[in-house]
Amino acid sequence: MRPLNMIICVKPVPDSRYWDRLSLDPRTKTLRREGIPVIISPLDKNAIEEALRIKEARGGKVSVISMGPQNTTEVLAMAYALGVDEAVLLSDRAFAGADTLATAFALACGISKLGEFDLVLFGNESLDGSTGQVGPQVAEFLDMPSMTRVEKIDFADDDTVRVKSRMEGGYMVTEVKLPAALAVTKDINLPRLMPVFGALWATEKQTKVLSSVDCAVDKEKIGLAGSPTWVPDVANIEMKRKSEIIKGEPAQVARQLVEKLRVAGVLPEA
Amino acid sequence: MKIEEYKGIWVFAEQREGKLAEVSLEMLGGARKLAAKTGEEVSAVLLGDKVSGLVDDLGAYGADKVYLADSPALKLYTNEAYAPVVASLVQQHKPSVFLLGGTSLGMDLAPRVAAKVGTGLSAHAVDVDIDKDGCMVAHVPSFGGSVMASIACAKHRPQMSTIPAGFLQKPEKQSGRKPVVEKVAVQASKALRTKVVEVFHDEPKARPLNQADFVVAGGFGIGNKDNWKLVEDLASLLGASVGATRPACDEGWAKLEDQMIGQSGKTIRPKLYIGIGISGAMHHLIGIKDSKVIVSINSDDKAPINAASDYVAVGDFKQIVPALISEIKAGKQ
Repeated sequence: MRPLNMIICVKPVPDSRYWDRLSLDPRTKTLRREGIPVIISPLDKNAIEEALRIKEARGGKVSVISMGPQNTTEVLAMAYALGVDEAVLLSDRAFAGADTLATAFALACGISKLGEFDLVLFGNESLDGSTGQVGPQVAEFLDMPSMTRVEKIDFADDDTVRVKSRMEGGYMVTEVKLPAALAVTKDINLPRLMPVFGALWATEKQTKVLSSVDCAVDKEKIGLAGSPTWVPDVANIEMKRKSEIIKGEPAQVARQLVEKLRVAGVLPEA
Repeated sequence: MKIEEYKGIWVFAEQREGKLAEVSLEMLGGARKLAAKTGEEVSAVLLGDKVSGLVDDLGAYGADKVYLADSPALKLYTNEAYAPVVASLVQQHKPSVFLLGGTSLGMDLAPRVAAKVGTGLSAHAVDVDIDKDGCMVAHVPSFGGSVMASIACAKHRPQMSTIPAGFLQKPEKQSGRKPVVEKVAVQASKALRTKVVEVFHDEPKARPLNQADFVVAGGFGIGNKDNWKLVEDLASLLGASVGATRPACDEGWAKLEDQMIGQSGKTIRPKLYIGIGISGAMHHLIGIKDSKVIVSINSDDKAPINAASDYVAVGDFKQIVPALISEIKAGKQ
């Protein structure tokens, strides 16, 4: 068994428990997200957990990489607290406004600055955008094989993983040569809680911040400039119906409801 | 990129084991809708091994042309085998729009193709349309579906989107409508790094939720596995399928894969939907909005699902559901 270098791409996302506080700015068509805590996207924690377990079994190094504003270092401290060896943040105005393609391009450039690696892991989709596109696109830019919806990773040999991935009505087992990119689902493992020394690691270890210049990246391919998609409009969704309220004693409520459904002709034939 | 060179609406014709995915027929419906506005041709891209028998169906459901890549190398899907073939077809024929079903395969393939050709891709679209400038706009519910984002791709082609099953309308079948077939030579690729070892089927083929006439669904408000039985009892009395919200699936009361209704689950169009203990996160409501009649049973008269319902029974479901069961039983006698 040889030790493996592993990199997890981590996305900082607004905590979904506070999404009811998000509001739409009608003028700028952007979401106001002040005061909403930012967390590591949940499936990215499964990816971190898997890398930590592989390291515990085989040795190696676990790094996380993210892209975002400077204060994303606070989120990455959480990754240190879980036990990763190194955290890297791509932070620069030039990265801002990126869609999945430009994000994947920037991450791929950042990853290639981290030296040799064997596995790049992702959460299958993020809590907020949930497109699931960044993993396969990073793999494309790094010319690596990739798998999505991965729920089990075994080793066929030192250079080949044997991966179980979910599809409609079943699953597939695939052998993939390293280096490979794998996007994992929540079924792969149960992420650990912060270990006893976690808080200490989080304060001792510093996130390494890289700018677009450090990454020597083509500025036309990152940020807003490198993003083919844009969002011309964001609107609140209207799904109002007549919302006829039926209240009272349960038996009465049931009788009235059944009567109305019978009149509407939507109860099954007796 | 000269975008005026890009013409035609493309659909990825997904097949596994020689069977065409239903969602691809829905994509053809969406493509025909766009083509009616732009006057462009609709083409399907079909990859596989010995799949030429599927060509007629693609024509009958709206494809004017089928690009057919038939090769033993494409028998089992891997993005490594499929993406280069699809990307080179795109580069050669320059379509304006490319729609793929939002399946495990489609969402694995589309991002790699988009990155290869350097274009924009949106995911989880619930509808697509053409704007006044002739660009495609994908409607994508965002932030748990609290808002609907329009996503466009103005300066790159093709404009790509993945759309989950159940949102676009499958067209009427026109038997005898024959497509033009263009065979695509598949070059033996270099040594592949991905090799499928085995494919397993592990889920029962029950009547799928998205075809049910009656659906009873439960949410987090059900509280525990014992109470969940009330949801199942009412469903079994009505001959209904049982649906669930994501939290109810996460709690293990229902199965994520088969029973989750919503944006990342199933979209349903029953005659009657009864939601019990469901607060009504938008990503769930998006999956039920095409139901003929929506009923909410909820102790919270301010739950968001209520505004989206035709009838709202306010009160404790643990009392209302048993009362409903005996009322319906009484009506049957």
